[in-house]
Amino acid sequence: MSIDLSQFHQVFYEESYEGLDAMEQGLLDLDLVEPDAEVINTIFRAAHSMKGGAGTFGFTQVADFTHVLETLLDQIRSGQRAMSQDIQNLLLKSVDCIRGLLQDLQASNDPDLEESKVLKAQFEAILNGEAPSVVEPPQPPSDIPKAEKNSEAGGWHIRFIPELSILQTGNEPTRMFRQLADLCDSNMQVIAGTERVPEFTSLDPELCYLTWDIRIEKSISKADIEEVFEWVADDAEIIITPLSGSVNESTDTTAEKQTVEPDVTEVGMPEPEVAELAPVTPQTTASSKTEAAVSKTVENPAKPQAKAAPKTQESSSIRVSIDKVDSLINMVGELVITQSMLGQLGQNFDITRVQRLQEGLAQLEHNTRELQESVMKIRMMPISFVFSRFPRLVRDVSISLDKKIELLMSGENTELDKTVMEKIGDPMVHLIRNSIDHGIEMPADRIAAGKPETGTVKLDAYHQSGNIVIEIKDDGAGLNTDRILTKAIEKGLVAEGANLSQEQIFDLIFQPGFSTADVVSDLSGRGVGMDVVRRNIAALNGSIEVSSERGRGSRFVIRLPLTLAILDGQLVKVGEEIYIFPLVSIVESIQLDDRAINHVGGHSDVLQLRDEYVPIVELDEVFNIDKEKRSIEESIIVVVETDGEKIGVVVDELLGQQQVVIKSLEENYKRVDGISGATILGDGTVALIVDVSSLSKMSGASSRIIDGGHKAA
Amino acid sequence: MAKILAVDDSASMRQMVSFTLKGAGHDVIEASDGVEALNFAKGQGVDLVLSDVNMPNMNGIELCRNLRELPSYKFTPILMLTTESAGDKKMEGKSAGATGWIVKPFNPDQLLTTIKKVLG
Repeated sequence: MSIDLSQFHQVFYEESYEGLDAMEQGLLDLDLVEPDAEVINTIFRAAHSMKGGAGTFGFTQVADFTHVLETLLDQIRSGQRAMSQDIQNLLLKSVDCIRGLLQDLQASNDPDLEESKVLKAQFEAILNGEAPSVVEPPQPPSDIPKAEKNSEAGGWHIRFIPELSILQTGNEPTRMFRQLADLCDSNMQVIAGTERVPEFTSLDPELCYLTWDIRIEKSISKADIEEVFEWVADDAEIIITPLSGSVNESTDTTAEKQTVEPDVTEVGMPEPEVAELAPVTPQTTASSKTEAAVSKTVENPAKPQAKAAPKTQESSSIRVSIDKVDSLINMVGELVITQSMLGQLGQNFDITRVQRLQEGLAQLEHNTRELQESVMKIRMMPISFVFSRFPRLVRDVSISLDKKIELLMSGENTELDKTVMEKIGDPMVHLIRNSIDHGIEMPADRIAAGKPETGTVKLDAYHQSGNIVIEIKDDGAGLNTDRILTKAIEKGLVAEGANLSQEQIFDLIFQPGFSTADVVSDLSGRGVGMDVVRRNIAALNGSIEVSSERGRGSRFVIRLPLTLAILDGQLVKVGEEIYIFPLVSIVESIQLDDRAINHVGGHSDVLQLRDEYVPIVELDEVFNIDKEKRSIEESIIVVVETDGEKIGVVVDELLGQQQVVIKSLEENYKRVDGISGATILGDGTVALIVDVSSLSKMSGASSRIIDGGHKAA
Repeated sequence: MAKILAVDDSASMRQMVSFTLKGAGHDVIEASDGVEALNFAKGQGVDLVLSDVNMPNMNGIELCRNLRELPSYKFTPILMLTTESAGDKKMEGKSAGATGWIVKPFNPDQLLTTIKKVLG
């Protein structure tokens, strides 16, 4: 029976990555002086499972490497070896190395074995150096001595005297005999010896009193026989001797006779039962799905700025807790009930039943919303999946910089969409590195500044009005406004003498081509600036803000939509077309008379909104909509904010607000400037979702704000 | 057809074992650690237990010891799936009442051949 093992590979990778995460976590938590046995055990088990799986599924490179890891961990676990910083470092490196190997294998590349070889040699040096441990290769052992030379003897005599308690290990002599019978095509004779059987009254039915003499009259190898008795070799006396050439008795073993004689019982092997053991025809019905691994079927959310197609390893399945699946099934059940109720209502409908119809529809709406929420929940995962990689990051970075840093995390269980989560990791890594590299001072400087020697980086995540908010706070030196401004002037980002507010200065660090690090260190300044961070977050329909206080620290706040698949939208009408604005980007919608509009420079208008001037964009002009021109009094201005800049968009009418499911325009049509996606409305028509930031760029509105600042005097 | 309780904390191993055994026509109950397995076993008997050794909550050795104390598991074959080829681990299993062992890594064919030794 051959089974395609590759069908289990995906599960293996997933659990291995989980195992690696657990190992990493465990290693970081580990108290080197007094290691917690349970933590060591967890680390060991992860390595152990990976080795077992890798071996089974044919990833020998991984199996070989994890083997040395496991051996070392086993010694630590059993107390033969003390944990040390060196070992901890080595193990952490190995975690990375194995992760690399697995990623290569998963991508069907030939894994790069250089690193694992080096690490393996280090492990072996440790293992061979001190403790007298025996490293065994991970292969089936042969406990049994090598088959003797005369394994082709004409037959065998086996004396089998099991310990009385043999049955209590679940070993059943008759099964072994049956196996022997298979080996020699039943050319054998089994004679039971009853000399150990006690008086009936003192007989314990759970003990095995019989002993056996077995004659096998066929030339089979001794190793095969020994294998039959492999599990009981230590619980029984087994003497295997080759039969002398002469076969002295007839070998009618197939006869089913059981002669009960005073002291000898002859047990013939019943043929039918042997036949029953014939290999069962394998069924190839694929019914292996047990894990609730729900494959990714949710539409790819629109990517407003999908430039670099992400080629990173993003796993394509999610583990979903049974609770979530159950509630989903429950809800579908309710939906079916509502549907049949409505169906019945429709069969002989008359006007008197309108109210019941309305009730039914309300019920349907309720069901649908709940169902939608539950389905969205499937894609939600706790942010701890992202947070969990940071302790390691902070440890490594702080060691390399000789800084003392404590990482505090809270809100790890805050859930967000898997896709959002996969894309927020890198920007966060960058921000945390920045905090450690630029934010937190050297221990000596901290003490001089009257702060505790150990700096703190705090991560927090929470939900706030349909968004997830992630905060990265440090108690370092804070942003140096003077230096930022000098730098910005140097780089030509701001005009000399410009009067900028503190927020505007902070905001400069997100401008392309800005980097304050005087020396480009190994950690920051890898060519990835804060502008990329902001762009990545904007691509997720999110925003980032920074606040800071000199000498006290900085705080970065990232706001992200909970999901990319659904958007809270404001429907607006322009001519006959309906457009959707993301509700989060709308500041306010106003109806004004012409006096509030200032005509600047002849070609564009600016709205005076309280003490700000906001450029005005006419949606019909940007999108070339053919329509009768309305006066500004008859129109509505939707003030939207993007990247800290506001624009007023002129539309004809405001329609309702509703949640819309985002369909990618790029996938279904092509990329269109100013549009981030499309959706299908209740009546079946398609409405386009406005990409506010690119709209502002297209209209040229933003360029006017940058110079001079947009605050009115 | 036999009823087999397969215990392993690794989902991929469990799936592989389960798929192989089901393919051979057996009825398979899966458990992800000793506690889960023992809870199941308290309710009903099986024809064979296949258990990993290293598992969280309750490892295979303890599971074995606990199972042997249940009347319906007194003589049930219990095979340990182990990567440790060293003798002392096997002895530990045996002294806990394990019937035998299957050394990892094994392929589906080896698994089927081995369990044939204790079924029927």
